[in-house]
Amino acid sequence: MRDVAVIGVGMIPFGRRDEDSLMEMLAYASLKALDDAGLGDKSVDAVYVGNMGSGMLQHQSAIASSLVDRLSLLPAPADTVENGPASGGSAVKNGLLAVASGYYDTVLVVGGEKMREVTGWRATDFVATMTHPLAEYVYGITLPGMAGMFTRLYMEKYGVTREHLVAVSIKNQEMGGRNPYAHVEMAITKEGIFDDPAAVVNNPVIADPLHLYDACPVSDGAAALILFPLEKIKNPVKPPVVIAGFGQATDTHTLQEREDPTDLKAVTLAAQQALEMAKLKPSDIHVAELHDAFTILEIAESEHIGFFKKGEGGKAALAGKTAFGGTIPINLSGGLKARGHPVGATGVAQVVDIVFQLRHELPKDRQVKNAQNGLTVNFGGFGNNVLSFVLRRVQQ
Amino acid sequence: MPIDMELEVVLRPTQYPMPPYPPKVITLANGKKMVVRQATREDVPAILKSVHPCLFIERDYYDIVSARLYGELLAWYRYRVKSEYVLMGQVDGFLVGIVNGRMENEKVGMSYHTLAIDRGLRIGSHLFAAKMEYHLEYLGQEEVLIVAESPIGFRRWMIEYPLAPTKIPHELGGGDSYLLTREIYFNAKPRLVVGERPVPQDLFDEAAAEIKFADDDTIRERIAGLKGR
Repeated sequence: MRDVAVIGVGMIPFGRRDEDSLMEMLAYASLKALDDAGLGDKSVDAVYVGNMGSGMLQHQSAIASSLVDRLSLLPAPADTVENGPASGGSAVKNGLLAVASGYYDTVLVVGGEKMREVTGWRATDFVATMTHPLAEYVYGITLPGMAGMFTRLYMEKYGVTREHLVAVSIKNQEMGGRNPYAHVEMAITKEGIFDDPAAVVNNPVIADPLHLYDACPVSDGAAALILFPLEKIKNPVKPPVVIAGFGQATDTHTLQEREDPTDLKAVTLAAQQALEMAKLKPSDIHVAELHDAFTILEIAESEHIGFFKKGEGGKAALAGKTAFGGTIPINLSGGLKARGHPVGATGVAQVVDIVFQLRHELPKDRQVKNAQNGLTVNFGGFGNNVLSFVLRRVQQ
Repeated sequence: MPIDMELEVVLRPTQYPMPPYPPKVITLANGKKMVVRQATREDVPAILKSVHPCLFIERDYYDIVSARLYGELLAWYRYRVKSEYVLMGQVDGFLVGIVNGRMENEKVGMSYHTLAIDRGLRIGSHLFAAKMEYHLEYLGQEEVLIVAESPIGFRRWMIEYPLAPTKIPHELGGGDSYLLTREIYFNAKPRLVVGERPVPQDLFDEAAAEIKFADDDTIRERIAGLKGR
């Protein structure tokens, strides 16, 4: 197996992009990645597109072949990868394996979703199609509903409090304000969303005990990267970053079948595999992008990865350990909470953000000084399909 | 424009007595303090400057809402509407939202429009709640007739309160009215109506001193977002 480097990254600002079609968003991100890699109009060997819902939301399927044509990359082989909110991560994995195996050299991986084309209710329903059709969906469960129940259990078992969740929310929106690609650029205060009596309106309950600012927005967006064998890089345009490890694991489809619904086994397994492959420990990671579709998930994932012991993640967030300048900065992009969560784009965007960090090319207010290793967790379903990547800056 | 006062007596509607809306202050999610207070006719020219750029924003029906609001403000300014009132929200003196309505009669209120100029802070929700508070708690009305132009309005008013559907036409046209009764209002009040009185003097003085408004591009950006370009 060959070491695989990310030689180009591209992302478009997430948000509500009424003027752009899904295909245009995918194309913009792809072109930025191709430019970033210095490939210009040179062709790529293969294309993987992470997307969850174009068939449902845009009534358009087989978008990978459409994108290749749009980008004039014919006859590059192309696949659309659908794996719920982990579609982006799965697309990265497919590209990684294709280059690592030696079958392809230059691979474009792009993830995107256009979710604001429908109302928030329909977007929530669309995401809920990942739940079990007979045991969950038919009873009206939504992902916020699931996350609410998960949070209540986590609070009871591990002592997570609303102050812990609020700390994550404030941190990630603060970082979103520093990220030009973020959907939510507005800083919030504890007074405004928690302490003041007006918080009952500013931050209403959406799925008890979760409130509005505990949830990610519904976003449009796309992100892309170019993978290439490390051994073939000559005169790199940007500092090469390799995908040093990856892991993936699944868990039961329904939450109720898990021995302990607060135990996110697939997160633990995926992160362990990624870290072992990279020959690193959690303490070797300098920056992480975790799947905080809800604030509780950032806390829970930070524990399942091994950054903190169970029950310590919330306290760590409150103490600023996961903030910019903390011991393990998490979601300096703003995370899903503020960068946004166009579901098919997220897994790719996380890798792109870590590449920005490891290249040391971010502004001072977001750049982790001398970051060498980064980790991502892309969480599909409610933890039933999870991918994790460890990225490393190549010493030149 | 010359005004014939003899004719004006005929053209100007009579007004119901309307006790003033006592100002209040609301802490927003970003920690900023929004002063909610009643506008006067003299405030209308300044308010119109903030409404004008919204006429050209199609997103979320801002164009329709602001065009109608513009007309309603002019009608109030030049005495061509009966018993209208205007409430506004100001942050650091800047106008961030406007709501208006009128008394249809002593018992029934007619909700007109809600225009949030700064978005993402539930300013529209706060100001809509303020106008319902005005109708039911200060004007002493029994019910308010409400319609929504936008899906966001429908979600905020019809669903969140929740309002009662009726077959009563609304004077804005469009769909049938939804009704806010006293019972619905007081049930919803603990979770939707907030604000503190009295407003600290320094905040009130800042708001009353001048209605500040952002330039057109800033207003468009606040409404449609940077990504809306």
